[in-house]
Amino acid sequence: MIGRYAVRFAALGYLTLLLALPVGYVFWRTFRHGFWPAWHAVTTPDALHALKVTLILAGIAVPANTIFGVLAGLAIVRYRFRGAGVFNAVVDLPLALSPVVVGLALLLLYGRGGWLDGHHVVFALPGMVLATMFVSLPFVVREVVPVLREVGTEQEQAASTLGANAWQTFWRVTWPAIRWATAYGVVLTTARALGEFGAVSVVSGRLAGQTESLTLYVQDRYQGFDEVGAYASAVVLALIAVTTLIVMTALKPKKEAR
Amino acid sequence: MAARAEPLPGRAQAAPALAVGVSTLYLSVVVLLPLAALAWHAHGWSSISSPEAVAALKLTLLLSLVVAVINAVAGTAIAWTLVRDRFFGQSFVNALVDLPFALPTIVAGLVLLTLYRDLAFTRWGILAALLFVTLPFVVRTVQPMLLELDTEMEDAAASLGASRLATFRRVILPTILPAILSGVALAFARAIGEFGAVVLISGNLPFKTEVLSVYVFGRIESGDPGGAAAASVAILGISFAVLLAIGGLRRLVTRHDR
Amino acid sequence: MRRISRCLLLALAFPALAAGAARDTRLALVAYSTPKDAYAQLIPAFQKTPAGQGVSFSQSYGASGDQSRSVVAGLPADIVALSLAPDITALVQKHLVAQSWNQDKYHGMVTRSVVVFVVRDGNPKHIKTWSDLVKPGVQIVTPNPFTSGGARWNVMAAYGGALRAGRTPKQAQAYLAQMWKHVVAAPASAREGLQTFLAGRGDVFLAYENEAIFAQKHGQPVQFVIPKATILIENPIAVTSGSQHKQQAQAFIKFLRTKPAQRIFAENGYRPIIKGVTQGLSFPVRPQLFTIKYVGGWQSVEQKFFDPHTGVMAEIIGSNGG
Repeated sequence: MIGRYAVRFAALGYLTLLLALPVGYVFWRTFRHGFWPAWHAVTTPDALHALKVTLILAGIAVPANTIFGVLAGLAIVRYRFRGAGVFNAVVDLPLALSPVVVGLALLLLYGRGGWLDGHHVVFALPGMVLATMFVSLPFVVREVVPVLREVGTEQEQAASTLGANAWQTFWRVTWPAIRWATAYGVVLTTARALGEFGAVSVVSGRLAGQTESLTLYVQDRYQGFDEVGAYASAVVLALIAVTTLIVMTALKPKKEAR
Repeated sequence: MAARAEPLPGRAQAAPALAVGVSTLYLSVVVLLPLAALAWHAHGWSSISSPEAVAALKLTLLLSLVVAVINAVAGTAIAWTLVRDRFFGQSFVNALVDLPFALPTIVAGLVLLTLYRDLAFTRWGILAALLFVTLPFVVRTVQPMLLELDTEMEDAAASLGASRLATFRRVILPTILPAILSGVALAFARAIGEFGAVVLISGNLPFKTEVLSVYVFGRIESGDPGGAAAASVAILGISFAVLLAIGGLRRLVTRHDR
Repeated sequence: MRRISRCLLLALAFPALAAGAARDTRLALVAYSTPKDAYAQLIPAFQKTPAGQGVSFSQSYGASGDQSRSVVAGLPADIVALSLAPDITALVQKHLVAQSWNQDKYHGMVTRSVVVFVVRDGNPKHIKTWSDLVKPGVQIVTPNPFTSGGARWNVMAAYGGALRAGRTPKQAQAYLAQMWKHVVAAPASAREGLQTFLAGRGDVFLAYENEAIFAQKHGQPVQFVIPKATILIENPIAVTSGSQHKQQAQAFIKFLRTKPAQRIFAENGYRPIIKGVTQGLSFPVRPQLFTIKYVGGWQSVEQKFFDPHTGVMAEIIGSNGG
């Protein structure tokens, strides 16, 4: 009996110290001078532009990685090609790789003197988009693959023998099975894309009003001793994170119920 | 009941082939090509064996190991509380666990820095940052296992007179051990490469509070991208090795069960 | 009739077209982080002058070394304004800046500053000289000289300070080793260093006067002491050799050295390079001020002290391992 309370106390205490308190503190620091200073801080042209850049980065990376995720899931599970194992491992690489290294790799590839030099990729939005795509790549795949494995091919085979072509089979049979897993993966991808810092930092060039994402903006404000600006931008990101959380929570039972 | 992943009958082969082709192309452009550029530029292997690099490596491995162990315990406890316990606000806590996934790492770093000032620039600060970002991993791998767990065995053990602790150790733990190990592997991989949350709080003192990702960053800053690339490839190699090892351990434990 | 009016139109259009072309000049300024506030005032001021009519700017600010490396990696730049000369020399070596960049009256510099000690309120440990830094129990914060080029000013100030105090070069190097033993945090950049210090770490932070004044202007509780013997920091500026708008870029740099512009720099905490603009501002003269030449000049210093494998600092930091 005591054991139950001990575990509960320990677990909740750990969560409070590590999560709730710090995040609550940031909200407090942001609004302690009132709402309007914080509001003004996040509606400056630079801040709004940073938000726009972040949304563009996510707006490209997320759909691209979603389509890739579904295709790759199908490829890995349904089509036993040679090298599927390696393919699977490479997909997981972005999870293990430090973001700074990702940025460095992109610089070495597209920067001056690199293999693909001269295409205005780095120090411009394309480079930042590529960095974001890299780091948020695995999530949809990882959600879709287990589902595809579990669901099995019986229904698809039945559809095929009944005369359905590949697209019809996918749309009518496969997609309904994986759509909630895909949605969940999309949410994770979005969260990752919005929050990316390290890789984007290396390739951005920090052009004011042009290549600063919101995460970079947080660092910039912090370094300029603009406490309100830094924390307010952090709060914007945190609110987006919380929204993501809510959507994730709503989708989970659907994903698991399938 | 999981079905085997069988290839589809002949007529439908074209579509999966397309899926493989497109996804492989995408993966190559987004992930493999930059990594190839990285590996190619990695020279200065001597820099990896420099005392500073070795010190950073040791610190990183040590901290990541400690983080893995703490997560194994805390993560299991939290998962237990979420599954086996009933209290007010439980679903809120459940959602909260995903916060580190959703929150940008730079915000996490900022958050911890402000709240736990005294920890800042010490190894404890780095530990706190790493614990924050790796929190969800073990919880989320153990939770589904606990949900699925048949309580029959536990009831049987209890009726035979086993104490709760013994029941846990002999009945439950072996079943959830593979899940714990999976979560630990993910947490470890994440901890090794973490940058955004650590960079603000670490103090960056070579030999004392410099972790490997920050060391790589420092190599870039010192105009030694070759050394940075070499160190990055080393991090990757270590992550892979550890992931393989834990994966092997996991299979061992699972096989033992049967 | 139609031909005349057409010629007339063309004649009128021509100057308009020419002016329109001038109006389209966009200069890319790549600078280190501290002068951001200053340039926010300087650029509009320049645009009001005849030379600045119709010139717009794209701006990028970051750590000096970062910015230098970014330009090498392809970041477009017409003007580079960095923290120390070696960051420009790196560009000269890649043929991105002409070798003659510092052959003018000002040796390529645009602003100045000095190394100072940032201390706690009231200076409880009475840190005033370089010898005070190595008293027992004194904890120092300084940016890592291998990730922050600007931090090299600190090291050379310490070294030169030891020389000024009568030590031999060997003894001065020993002083550096002793000083490093007292370092408790070595953040990647000057700005991070200041924040580390303000967050409560250490008793003294080695900073540049303009950084300290910047922090004060932004409401930070910063107090600093200028040691008697300190180094004169000089910040360089140059036009890139690949610039498509060299004339306008040169005009901008020329403007930055005029009285109104130097006054703006001074108001932002920099010591000006011309006289007569510091009324009402406090920039104490230090009796034992010295320049980088006193300790050997950047070329020799970079090699002797900051070579990543054989430099004096590499040895000192390396031997502190553990």
